[in-house]
Amino acid sequence: MVTSVTNLSRSGLYDWMAQRVSAVVLAAYFIFLIGYLVAHPGIGYDQWHALFAHNAMRIFSLLALVALSAHAWVGMWTIATDYLTPMALGKSATAVRFLFQAVCGVAMFAYFVWGVQILWGI
Amino acid sequence: MNSQRPVNLDLRTIKLPITGVTSFLHRVSGIILFLGIGFLLYALGKSLGSEEGFADVKDTLTSPLAKFVAWGLLSSLLYHLVAGVRHLIMDAGVGETLEGGRRGSKIIIGVSVVLIVLAGVWIW
Repeated sequence: MVTSVTNLSRSGLYDWMAQRVSAVVLAAYFIFLIGYLVAHPGIGYDQWHALFAHNAMRIFSLLALVALSAHAWVGMWTIATDYLTPMALGKSATAVRFLFQAVCGVAMFAYFVWGVQILWGI
Repeated sequence: MNSQRPVNLDLRTIKLPITGVTSFLHRVSGIILFLGIGFLLYALGKSLGSEEGFADVKDTLTSPLAKFVAWGLLSSLLYHLVAGVRHLIMDAGVGETLEGGRRGSKIIIGVSVVLIVLAGVWIW
């Protein structure tokens, strides 16, 4: 049996679950955010700032950020392992795939830290 | 690996059925969103940072290019969301047959086209 080492949890079933749970969180977050913006056309700085300064929104946003990190990793991992294969790239496939996954991981980590800075900087 | 073994599922030689097209679009929209997070965080940080920053973001969003980018990201998000909800419905055992899969693909294309057009109307 081949053991997966680059997926999120070393178990396809856990990855599948993490992808679903994070998807539901992200769906709730973006439906709320888009709904809020649609419901408040011409929103001003004070109201926008107050929304994100609210503790509940801060928790919701951090939750969405954590969910996004897991979701993006599982998704980009799926794409990398499906397309960056020896069949498509030949012998260098493993190196290319690892490099791609490393870039995705670093980018997502940077996004996460950046997001936390934004949420806690207000 | 023995290179004489038959190669299965070479995506470059297969004409994608509609279910494959919607699956592929789900992936493409996911990649676009992953890249788009940077734009969204930048706009979020700037708009929350100061009153001038908020005005800047609002001002930038009046330009046709920014509107187009915003619409593109929103379209990716809406499609990804609709296709994702369909995945959850399929996880619950609904629409898992070949015919159900084709019907589901047509439904998500229809629903997302409507939402994407509405998003365009909202932005412009």
